Amino acid sequence: MHRFANPTRFLRLAAAVLPFSAAVAALCLGAGLVWGLFFAPPDYQQGDTVRIMFIHVPAAMMAMGVYAGMAISSAIALIWRHAIADLIAKASAPIGATFCFICLLTGSLWGKPMWGTWWVWDARLTSMLIMLFIYLGYMALWQAFDDQTKAARAAAILALVGAINLPVIKFSVEWWNTLHQPASLITMDGPKIHSSLLWPLLLMIVGFGAYYLTVLIFRVRAEVHQRRTRMLRMAQADRHAAMQAAE
Amino acid sequence: MTHTFLMLIRRDLLLAHRQGGASLLAIAFFVLVVSLFPLGVGPAPEMLERIAAGTIWVAALLSVLLSLDRMFQADLEDGSLDQLALLPIPLSLVVLAKAIAHWLTTGLPLTLTAPLLGLLMQLSPDAYGALLIGMLLGTPTLSLIGAIGAALTVGVRRGGVLLTLIVTPLYIPVLIFGVSAVEAAAQGFSTTAHVLFLSAMLSGTIVIAPIAAAWSLKLALD
Repeated sequence: MHRFANPTRFLRLAAAVLPFSAAVAALCLGAGLVWGLFFAPPDYQQGDTVRIMFIHVPAAMMAMGVYAGMAISSAIALIWRHAIADLIAKASAPIGATFCFICLLTGSLWGKPMWGTWWVWDARLTSMLIMLFIYLGYMALWQAFDDQTKAARAAAILALVGAINLPVIKFSVEWWNTLHQPASLITMDGPKIHSSLLWPLLLMIVGFGAYYLTVLIFRVRAEVHQRRTRMLRMAQADRHAAMQAAE
Repeated sequence: MTHTFLMLIRRDLLLAHRQGGASLLAIAFFVLVVSLFPLGVGPAPEMLERIAAGTIWVAALLSVLLSLDRMFQADLEDGSLDQLALLPIPLSLVVLAKAIAHWLTTGLPLTLTAPLLGLLMQLSPDAYGALLIGMLLGTPTLSLIGAIGAALTVGVRRGGVLLTLIVTPLYIPVLIFGVSAVEAAAQGFSTTAHVLFLSAMLSGTIVIAPIAAAWSLKLALD
């Protein structure tokens, strides 16, 4: 882990991973979308609206997964002062917030034909909305500090405190018996979805994960370059000031 | 250690007392917000009875939120936060003392005012016990969670708005269980589960919040 606290080494690793993650994302998303939208059979009750699942479920999983990743890298950053872990957490937040928003949006579009309403104050929907607000608060806290190291540590503490929401979302459908259906993919007796719908769904989940990794690499790379640019500019300003003083 | 801890609480209570009005303002805000609802939704008693629990809880939550930004701000500005950090007791205990003092000056007065507002909102007579117990357990949790937000945003630009954005999502579980305790009692159901949930949240935050807030305060002191 400490090997990759060095930005140059991290950038080299990122450059090696990027083509693979981009290829996997493109292939899985492309194949999963075509399979899910055109070839998978319609559900016997829900008809064609079941196809919303191929976006909704991966987005929901990623919204929680990205937050978990953000909390873990925040913990690593707090404990070991790992510079890249800070950047990973910072770069993850907008991506996770977008997944969270897509999940809420598609869920709302799916809820209208199935439940007859765009929105219910059901435990899972509410906790997902809270998660979106926690993402937004996290991003706002990063913006509030001028000093990047302070911003990083404050945001990391908030990310860890907000992580308490994760198990609440995961188990909300089991603790409270509500409109949202309980888990059907990851259960003790294996998936409860027919294989004709399961395979395109799994493809989409892998695709979403690879897409996240790809965008994350782009964003972290941009952050590293931005910091380097700022340091170079400051060094140049120092040199300039020194030269003027010498004259 | 206990002595220092108690002296810290005493100091904050004295400050609140001498500066005057902090608790009174919180109560006034609480009463005002609640009294807006009968004006907004109409004074029909059956309607008020249905929204009473939620209105009172939301108003209490907003009053606590409003009083949070001064928790550490004044101490940072006059430099006493640096002195507090140098005390021989851990910074997390300092935070705990300040959170307790904050609760004594806002949460407790709000809790004592709540039954009166229940009367104004036609709250069902069976529900007063649940409202009182719920607020007694819930408002300290609000102060403790608020301490994290206040510590994170102390000395930050536009800290007040940011504080609201950070703290409100974390307040929602307290609101949900506080309100459902009152509603369960009003309908004659047992409130044990809700009360236990509120107690669990209080016991959890009393351990976690002072540590998290102390970490955040160290940032402001660097």
